[in-house]
Amino acid sequence: MPIVSPGFTGRRQSPDVQLPPGQYLTEDFPVLTAGPTPRVPTDRWEFTVSTEAGQKHTWSWQQLMELPAEKITTDIHCVTKWSKLRTRWKGVSLDVLLEEVETAADFALVHSYGGYTTNLPLEDLLDGQAWIAYRYDDEDLTPEHGGPARLLVPHLYFWKSAKWVRGIQLLLEDEPGFWETAGYHDYGDPWREQRYQGD
Amino acid sequence: MSDDHVDGNALAGDLREIFAVDLTVATGQCAGCGYRGSVATLRVYQNAPGLVARCPHCEEVVLRLVRAPGRAWLDLRGTVSLEIPLPS
Repeated sequence: MPIVSPGFTGRRQSPDVQLPPGQYLTEDFPVLTAGPTPRVPTDRWEFTVSTEAGQKHTWSWQQLMELPAEKITTDIHCVTKWSKLRTRWKGVSLDVLLEEVETAADFALVHSYGGYTTNLPLEDLLDGQAWIAYRYDDEDLTPEHGGPARLLVPHLYFWKSAKWVRGIQLLLEDEPGFWETAGYHDYGDPWREQRYQGD
Repeated sequence: MSDDHVDGNALAGDLREIFAVDLTVATGQCAGCGYRGSVATLRVYQNAPGLVARCPHCEEVVLRLVRAPGRAWLDLRGTVSLEIPLPS
């Protein structure tokens, strides 16, 4: 009878795969949620950017679909320690959405249907670093994964990539969001392992 | 009950570590709608970076608990008060 070591049946990790510190590789796509899953029909969906001066810029679903979209292939890193490599998305760059928005803000507070919020510096939403994503793996984004549309900011821990996104509030001062007010790091860089406050 | 959450008894272990008594038997009042009920009746979302307990009546967040190595954060801003039974 062959001797089977459980060590050979565990997760295999190719030596050339580099993960942020403390992360492990997963092949599935875990669903994390802090509340009931909102179901937002696209004919009622809208996305609003509001500035510190009170100006509002709103896009309907139809208007979002008419904007130039990009295909993005990226690694994602959840603060609960799983990482998933080469995930494939389609969405509209925040560079496109914020192009006509006049602001002196340095910070953004992202709002979701269902009440979730998360904050990040405005510069982390620009220069090809963030998208409003509405397709995953060549299919419409499901509600469990944040559909009809979610923020995608893959260079930060994935709690910053707010599901069910409905707007971005541009602010002169930083305003911590849902997890950032409950112990999680204000910025959340996975490569510096900024999980909790003070990390 | 929906399969995406469990009941407030899931809070027992973590709360017992912080408080000397089992707080799941305490009576809490929701800051959102005023609903009063035991902590055990809350709807807890645990597939998340922390435990998120919501009011069974209005679904507002009444309690959040985040555990990190060597520390924890408890957010009770959604709770008006907790009435905790104690030995007389």
